[in-house]
Amino acid sequence: MKIGVLVFPGSNCDHDCQHVFQDVLGQQVEMIWHKETTVSGLDGIIIPGGFSYGDYLRTGAIARFSPVMNAVKEFAENGGLVMGICNGFQILLEAGLLPGAMLRNRSLHFVCKDVHVRVENAATAFTGACQPGQVLTIPVAHAEGNYYTDPVTLAGLQANAQVVFRYCTSDGRVTAEANPNGSLDNIAGIRSAEGNVLGMMPHPERSAEELLGNADGRLVLMSMLESLKKRPLKMVGA
Amino acid sequence: MKAKIHVTLKQGILDPQGKAIEHALDSLGFKNAANVRVGKYMELDVNENDKAKAEVQVKQMCEKLLANTIIEEYRYELT
Repeated sequence: MKIGVLVFPGSNCDHDCQHVFQDVLGQQVEMIWHKETTVSGLDGIIIPGGFSYGDYLRTGAIARFSPVMNAVKEFAENGGLVMGICNGFQILLEAGLLPGAMLRNRSLHFVCKDVHVRVENAATAFTGACQPGQVLTIPVAHAEGNYYTDPVTLAGLQANAQVVFRYCTSDGRVTAEANPNGSLDNIAGIRSAEGNVLGMMPHPERSAEELLGNADGRLVLMSMLESLKKRPLKMVGA
Repeated sequence: MKAKIHVTLKQGILDPQGKAIEHALDSLGFKNAANVRVGKYMELDVNENDKAKAEVQVKQMCEKLLANTIIEEYRYELT
């Protein structure tokens, strides 16, 4: 598989993603500078974490207008798998590839710690290697992860099983205390209506190796690869 | 024309920064200060003398980039 990792000025998890897909999961990785206008020959795209454009104005607000984002949009509209992690999730929201917006963390703090998330839907292109209801431990590191959307959109997300991960306790209870940022309905990750775009605040690439003490995040990345392997045709030109 | 643009979180959306400032004002003794909302202020020049035309452009700027209308509202003055 060939995975493209986008690189914006200010991305800082791009090399972590490259390392995990390449060295841990044995895939080809192409780093894609934000000024590129095409993303041909890729099987999947990762929008990594960081502080694209310094997060000026709003997180992801300027990155979404980078030339590469038109190509990513087209790739996603053609069914390509796109995963946005942390700042990548924020960019996907600003780009309208996922519904909703991010507010400042309720605590106003930058929160950097391991959290527990419950797999709410294990039948997605990004969670196939997980069990339904499985609790994963994955670190978060953000100041704007307080997911918000209007009540109608939220109801739609819930009804269509688009909520993929929710913050929970170590034994899988979704509580206000387990929510690190105040996000609506404890949402940690959602997918698009079509199912091929995922945004999540926790960083699976930071918890993908036993050597680092935790490999739960690898399940998410492996799930994406497994889904790609099941796809009959390679995306061409998209 | 000069555009002066204010962007704030919509009413009803929790503004944690506003709350923190409100608490600070309270602890300074400003007991009658309430409902603090924090926003952004931007000003820019639009190379356009026709106010109506400039307004169309500023509105587009706000809708497309300067405000995220899911969570924010904006207002502007053109002079």
